[in-house]
Amino acid sequence: MPIGRPAAELPPLSQQEILRYSRHLIIPEVGLEGQRRLKDARVLMVGAGGLGSPIGLYLAAAGVGRLGIVEFDVVDETNLQRQLLHGTKDVGRKKLDSARDRLHDANPHVEVVPHEARLTSENALDIISQYDVVVDGTDNFATRYLTNDACVLLGKPNVYGSIFRFEGQSTIFCTKDGPCYRCLYPEPPPPGLVPSCAEGGVLGILPGLVGTVQATETVKLIAGIGEPLVGRLLLVDALAMQFRTVKLRKDPRCPACGTRELKALVDYEQFCGIRGQPDETEGVPAITPAELAARLARKDAFDLVDVREPHEWDICRIEGARLAPLSSFAAALGTLDSARDVVLYCRTGVRSAKALRQLQAAGFKRVWNLTGGIHRWADEVDPSIPKY
Amino acid sequence: MAVKLKIPTVLAKAAGGLTVHEGRGATVGAVVADVASRFPELGTRLRDAKGEPYPYVIFYLDEEDIRFQQGFETPVADGAEIVVVPAIAGG
Repeated sequence: MPIGRPAAELPPLSQQEILRYSRHLIIPEVGLEGQRRLKDARVLMVGAGGLGSPIGLYLAAAGVGRLGIVEFDVVDETNLQRQLLHGTKDVGRKKLDSARDRLHDANPHVEVVPHEARLTSENALDIISQYDVVVDGTDNFATRYLTNDACVLLGKPNVYGSIFRFEGQSTIFCTKDGPCYRCLYPEPPPPGLVPSCAEGGVLGILPGLVGTVQATETVKLIAGIGEPLVGRLLLVDALAMQFRTVKLRKDPRCPACGTRELKALVDYEQFCGIRGQPDETEGVPAITPAELAARLARKDAFDLVDVREPHEWDICRIEGARLAPLSSFAAALGTLDSARDVVLYCRTGVRSAKALRQLQAAGFKRVWNLTGGIHRWADEVDPSIPKY
Repeated sequence: MAVKLKIPTVLAKAAGGLTVHEGRGATVGAVVADVASRFPELGTRLRDAKGEPYPYVIFYLDEEDIRFQQGFETPVADGAEIVVVPAIAGG
């Protein structure tokens, strides 16, 4: 069943549009009606980042009539390795602006509707209700549960994709009889257990693989063709280059789509345990980059310890430091001298705060955490150090 | 009975760097316990303190979700494959 109005009510295609979409029009499964359905469709992209880039580019090129984008972020240099919607000239611009420009260039017939906001429990129902299909390309658990619940409440299909390092997942949630995100994952992992792409990295091409699957499924849903990725979870493993599916079942006990006890959106930051998370660096003795630079210049007697991983150490380091990664810090503890002053650092100061607490627990009294890590050191002391 | 346990690369670090393991046991739980006995850190990522699966790490036995069977008590056949699918959120 296609999405949208009866065929007779669909908008016509102009002569220009017929030429542009000719390679679609000559596929019998799409044809004129399918293309008119795409023109009539209203698709909401949640996020214009890694997944959102191929999703937006291909849906615009395919001729989706109205493409809404929820995004509040600004283009950053580290985005460019995978977020093909944005270019080098766009660094510092709003992602919404560069996405709109790029999508208009890809296809001027598409109406791009910017929603400059973070999707929240307050605005989600209002925004999503304006669309036929939602494509989830966000980067955090809280927004994924929010998107799911809003789609269940409004009865909108949610074309889901998520990625990490070399692996991705995709499926369509929230169809009339299909499972939802909560059927698959009833609860999120505790904060900090699963690193984000910013923390753990991601192969730049991976969102291309998964986002194009999402775009394909979106077009199929709108045109009502093929076997939709409903009730199946596609697992993509780029290292092994294997695509496999496992069966997804609708859970009759699911509070969202099963028992329907979830009647309104909730506080998703609380649900994901984010609210009230302690600041790891709070209460930890700190040293600023300038103070550390002064101690180094004075040739004070102290140990400077880098708790990042070896592949980060290879990128950059502070001269005079020794490496003791947090992942095996307990083993390195015995090699440190509690009689000496110890200064710890990592990339931004969070992991070194954790290592510092381990030292304190082991009886170290004179320990300090470099505030802001090697990133702030690069900003304030040594600009020759690359940030990553 | 030898059963294949496939874990994602994100968990491989806790399992000697390998994503495919062979375990022995008559149930999914027994196979997981067998592999976890060799890699204790992996064990804590696959099961909670009570030895039960987490709600955000899903086990599929030959493509079927074990939650809709008998959970960790689901019997496994020789040559079966268990795939571990943890929640990820990157985008």
